[in-house]
Amino acid sequence: MTEQPILEALSICKQFGDVRVLNNISLKLGRGTVHALLGENGAGKSTLVKCIMGYYRPDDGQLLFEGREAQIVSPEQATALGIGMVYQHFTLIPNMSIAENIVLSRPNLPAVINWPAEISQLEQRMGEMPFQFELRRSINSLSAGEKQKVEIIKQLLLNAKVLILDEPTSVLTPTEADEVLDKIYQLTRDGKLSVLIITHKFREVMKYADDVTVLRKGEYIGSAKVADVDPEKLAKMMVGEETLTQAPSRASHKNRRCVVQIDKLTVNNEQGLAAISNLDLELYAGEIIGIAGVSGNGQKQLTEVLGGQRAPLSGQLRVNGQAFGASRREMVEHQFYCLPEEPLRNACVANLSVADNIALRKFDSPAFTSMKWIVKRKAIRDFALDLIQQYKIRTAGPEQNIGALSGGNVQRAVLARELAQALSVLVVSNPCFGLDFKAVADIRARLLEARNQGTAVLLLSEDLDEILELSDRFFVISGGQLVYQTTPQEADLQTIGRYMGGH
Amino acid sequence: MENDIGLWSVLIAVLGGAIRVGTPFIFVSLGECLTEKAGRINLGLEGNLIMGAMTGYAVSYLSGSPWLGVLAAGSSGCVLGILHALLCQNKQVNDIAVGIAMMLFATGIAFFYGKAFIQPSAPHLPSIGFGNWSSSPVIKAALDINVLFFLGVALAPAMAWFLRTTRWGNAVRVVGESSDAALSLGMNINRVRLLSTMAGGGLAGIGGSYLSLYYPGSWSEGLSSGQGLMAVALVIFARWNPMNCLYASLLFGGAAALGPALQSVGINWGYYLFNAAPYVLTLVIMIAASSAKGTVRGMPGEFVK
Ligand SMILES: Nc1ncnc2c1ncn2[C@@H]1O[C@H](COP(=O)(O)OP(=O)(O)OP(=O)(O)O)[C@@H](O)[C@H]1O
Ligand SMILES: [Mg+2]
Repeated sequence: MTEQPILEALSICKQFGDVRVLNNISLKLGRGTVHALLGENGAGKSTLVKCIMGYYRPDDGQLLFEGREAQIVSPEQATALGIGMVYQHFTLIPNMSIAENIVLSRPNLPAVINWPAEISQLEQRMGEMPFQFELRRSINSLSAGEKQKVEIIKQLLLNAKVLILDEPTSVLTPTEADEVLDKIYQLTRDGKLSVLIITHKFREVMKYADDVTVLRKGEYIGSAKVADVDPEKLAKMMVGEETLTQAPSRASHKNRRCVVQIDKLTVNNEQGLAAISNLDLELYAGEIIGIAGVSGNGQKQLTEVLGGQRAPLSGQLRVNGQAFGASRREMVEHQFYCLPEEPLRNACVANLSVADNIALRKFDSPAFTSMKWIVKRKAIRDFALDLIQQYKIRTAGPEQNIGALSGGNVQRAVLARELAQALSVLVVSNPCFGLDFKAVADIRARLLEARNQGTAVLLLSEDLDEILELSDRFFVISGGQLVYQTTPQEADLQTIGRYMGGH
Repeated sequence: MENDIGLWSVLIAVLGGAIRVGTPFIFVSLGECLTEKAGRINLGLEGNLIMGAMTGYAVSYLSGSPWLGVLAAGSSGCVLGILHALLCQNKQVNDIAVGIAMMLFATGIAFFYGKAFIQPSAPHLPSIGFGNWSSSPVIKAALDINVLFFLGVALAPAMAWFLRTTRWGNAVRVVGESSDAALSLGMNINRVRLLSTMAGGGLAGIGGSYLSLYYPGSWSEGLSSGQGLMAVALVIFARWNPMNCLYASLLFGGAAALGPALQSVGINWGYYLFNAAPYVLTLVIMIAASSAKGTVRGMPGEFVK
């Protein structure tokens, strides 16, 4: 495109403490185009777009908006210029309505808000929007997919000319993702909207993007027209000459020993309604059992019960033949570990360092204490350093707060913690959520490795491909019940789809 | 007939007590409500209350104007609120701990400087005698209503309106509901919290001046009986809604007036038991409002994290 780009970033540099996160990054977003931003976890993608939005102040570099230099010092100012962003983590206010969320994001809000007038104005404009919502609904009542759509229409209603999307599809099912991206794509075709999208999914880049820019470890690697590249080339740009971890082949186990028995488990959700009813499940050593299903069908509650974060209403849980209450002692005794979804919220202390978080399982074990009571800081640090290296966790060091890591790196840190010991049972929920393809290969290989060592793995995932690739046999969960069982070899996608849809 | 009059005067006395004892609760709970709406808890309001009582009394005595006293009490509360907010801005500082420290600090200061004002008597705040039509002294006393009460009653809907419809009020709510959202809107979280804590502290200070300048009506070290702390429970009970804060304050005031009211008609048994009514009420409310699962309805989102 010879036309002037609508947004241009020139030589952006950003440093957090001593860590260089962005080094001379430049990027041109053409008017009416979709531009994909690719890179490994921790490459600096989110940081770059936050610099554009004025959420962070870049240390150096320049921004041009519609050909003119723009000094953006706060997100409010970016909004006023017509640049809107959907952040990697939701920024909707859960206890407020859709209308309140949209109106309160408006720059130049009058000192006294005329709610009826504001709402009727929004309602009038709803017709032009790609997704329709009842504006009075509370954000709490929305599913993840709906929230993502609300985030997008919020930006459109704020008159965004440039829309920045940070991994918008990681919480969506493939069908939802296509629906959202189709609509966005249509809006760009008539030149009214230009989109900068961060994603880890090559499929989306190839299908929807016009241009692509790749970052690696804070460096600018290159930009290209999507028409001129293929996924292989993109992968190479992202990781350089490094090779992917090869998944080990499946070892076969002779005697199938039942390790975990779940018997007539019933669990309520926060509203006191049954989230899981009468669920029976057996896990065997050396086997990966998959649980496929659309999110919100009881997976979360099942993981929480197994991880000791929620008490079941009724039913029995037995591990190695003994009743199991998921206390810390029982977990150690039975080598039973769990990786819940959203690990930063559910399995980390965000304000503790990476080292402390990695040591949470073990800091009180003999190897890390002297005289039973005194924790040896150095042992913890060394242990963490070792795992940081093994799992290639990108941090400023073991003392950095885990909350400051990029999304993918938090996932790695928690997985490192859970896999770093002899395991006999491992429960994982969406382990590859938000990870780049190299990390995905790495983590899947580690899960297979654990299985081959004789661990009983329960894999809950919304990604059917992941289930098909990893599991030995799997179930479909719907409405809190296991409604269908099959193996990846015999699986018929249509049948599975029907059961996942609840029919 | 005898009995009838007894029952009536108990009711009127409880109503009057609800207003008389409840007024400081209105100010403190509205102050706490505003602070918590912005996502901070200020447990130090008990200190603001005592400090307000002392400053209000001292200034009223020295200047001869009780209204100047109220102003001074409000300002002293603002200063304490600012101090609380500034301390909380530092990383690794917990607002609950700061609150307790501030409470002890303010109480200490108030006792120290207040020594000189225990004896002299300062001019009181004026009240309006709504009971003058009656010849009964009980009714007269009960319906003698202070001007600050009307201010408090007006303040509750004003605050509700402020939080719902003004830009600033909505900024307070956004900051209290989700700091992530506030950051993405470019709001200055610390500033919003500073201003809310300051205003909340000021209201608590005004509540304190009521104690020393109207009821009980003199400055002493045993003036407050934990109203500042009970206000925290009250805000939870009121589900962070200013109008509910008003009703809940009156309920607490009524409970506190129960013992004296019964005594005034000659029922003497259980006097101390009835005096404990507000505290029992606090406990009952906390138990009733608690929930083993999930969160309390209406709680600002920042406390849920
Ligand atoms: N506020 C912060 N303080 C310190 N370091 C930070 C901060 N934010 C990000 N970083 C570091 O900057 C690097 C880049 O992070 P960023 O979130 O931009 O990665 P990303 O490319 O978006 O990765 P992902 O795909 O995992 O989301 C990471 O190594 C991260 O640890
Ligand atoms: Mg990111």
